[in-house]
Amino acid sequence: MSARAAPTSGYNFAYLDEQTKRMIRRALLKAVAIPGYQVPFASREMPMPYGWGTGGVQVTAAILGEGDVLKVIDQGSDDTTNAVSIRKFFEKTAGVATTTHTAEATIIQTRHRIPETPLREGQTIVYQVPIPEPLRFLEPRETETRTMHALEEYGLMHVKLYEDIARHGHIATSYAYPVKVAGRYMMDPSPTPKFDNPKMNRSPTLQLFGAGREKRVYAVPPYTDVVSLDFEDHPFDPDPPAEPCALCGARGVYLDEIVLDDSGGRMFACSDTDFCESNRAKAGNS
Amino acid sequence: MSDEAPLLIAEGLTKAYGSRLALENVSFSLYEGEALAVVGESGSGKTTLLNLLSGIVAPTAGKVAYRMRDLRTRDLQDLTEAERRFLMRTDWGFVRQDAREGLRMAVSAGANVGERLMGVGERSYGRIRNVALEWLDRVEIDRDRIDDAPTSFSGGMRQRLQLARNLVTSPRLVFLDEPTGGLDVSVQARLLDLLRALVADLGVAIVIVTHDLAVARLLSHRILVMRRGEVVETGLTDQVLDDPQDAYTQLLVSSVLQA
Repeated sequence: MSARAAPTSGYNFAYLDEQTKRMIRRALLKAVAIPGYQVPFASREMPMPYGWGTGGVQVTAAILGEGDVLKVIDQGSDDTTNAVSIRKFFEKTAGVATTTHTAEATIIQTRHRIPETPLREGQTIVYQVPIPEPLRFLEPRETETRTMHALEEYGLMHVKLYEDIARHGHIATSYAYPVKVAGRYMMDPSPTPKFDNPKMNRSPTLQLFGAGREKRVYAVPPYTDVVSLDFEDHPFDPDPPAEPCALCGARGVYLDEIVLDDSGGRMFACSDTDFCESNRAKAGNS
Repeated sequence: MSDEAPLLIAEGLTKAYGSRLALENVSFSLYEGEALAVVGESGSGKTTLLNLLSGIVAPTAGKVAYRMRDLRTRDLQDLTEAERRFLMRTDWGFVRQDAREGLRMAVSAGANVGERLMGVGERSYGRIRNVALEWLDRVEIDRDRIDDAPTSFSGGMRQRLQLARNLVTSPRLVFLDEPTGGLDVSVQARLLDLLRALVADLGVAIVIVTHDLAVARLLSHRILVMRRGEVVETGLTDQVLDDPQDAYTQLLVSSVLQA
């Protein structure tokens, strides 16, 4: 856990003013009350470009308290640009404690992955979402997709999966894999790999999603059913890697491909850097 | 057929856009398995009529009633949007003049045919694919085109694919808006042949809007001649076309080029 730095002066706690936070919290409450439903909110201009997690940052800012411990990951990693800059942003504007350890965090903001260490009750995971509408690529009209959600007309989602099988012989959607939440709303888990979809199902953790450019928030409350879509004859397959991590030897975890040289050398290692490091530390101690 | 209640009833249908009347006081009944042609020059209100009948546009006055699968006749205005949309993708079909409006151009032919099945809850890829293959056979599209997008299809093939996509849920009523528009004569003939066979086979009722009297003659039992938003003449197709009573119908019939 890094030491608390004195926050930059001249800003409200966690950058956003209290009225804005209140507006976002109201949207979040509605989102939690209707799991998987996309709630419009008045997304603010943030001091970072769209696509860098402005939605997630606003959600985090709205729920952050002085006692919270924040972890930020990009892919599974704590030390890539996006994660580092957002973590620093909240260190400066809120002065909250930050951590890289999943178990110590109370709020985890993520761009793609859900940490390998199982999340627990009381933690909140905030997802940065680029495109919240799962039906968007097949139906470009917002009026039409809203009607489809309202009337629960989700046949189109299976058209997408059908296309996958017709073209590739299997459901080739490997991220943003559509799920049905609490038996009602179709939801895009966003760029999260399908490998992590099962972790969303009946998770003890509150899951919040923020899309800054598209101005939508949505949520999955703890212990809510999240079912990945599939066909009877082509069931959902989270597709765990067969290889163990080259660094810590963990199996059944999500791996990143790391190019080692320019002659084809490569290595597959845990995408969750905290998980990998703590595995290696344990192995070193024993 | 005559002792049954009509499938679709239009009563005093009127549509005004501001002070301009697009359609005035149109009434008729359509029975199961019957083919009705609506002919007239462009701007005569044919497409407006079709939009009113299918509930896409609400009438200014008058009403449309439809006999649902449970045999209750219901006013379209009283249906909820969910019911109307369900009707639209199960019991009805709508074949557009422009295939790009009626098809999903970005997904394969098989997915286009299968969409309605998935919409009503079919969750087996294998079964959807088999039904799609069957339908491609029926509309004379080669089986090996099942995974091709309709963007790679010719105009005639696209229209035939639209038919398959609409007929896959065995609708009882299909609206066709100038289905042969923009197709060359031999392709038109093939499409019409196919359409006639399918309609006879499946016993669906159709309302076909066309400006082509030959299409009306070939496909329809009854005909509605429209001009300036009003029905000027109606009756059995052969009767009306062989012995037109109204001056405008006479003009229309006589202006067909004799080959």
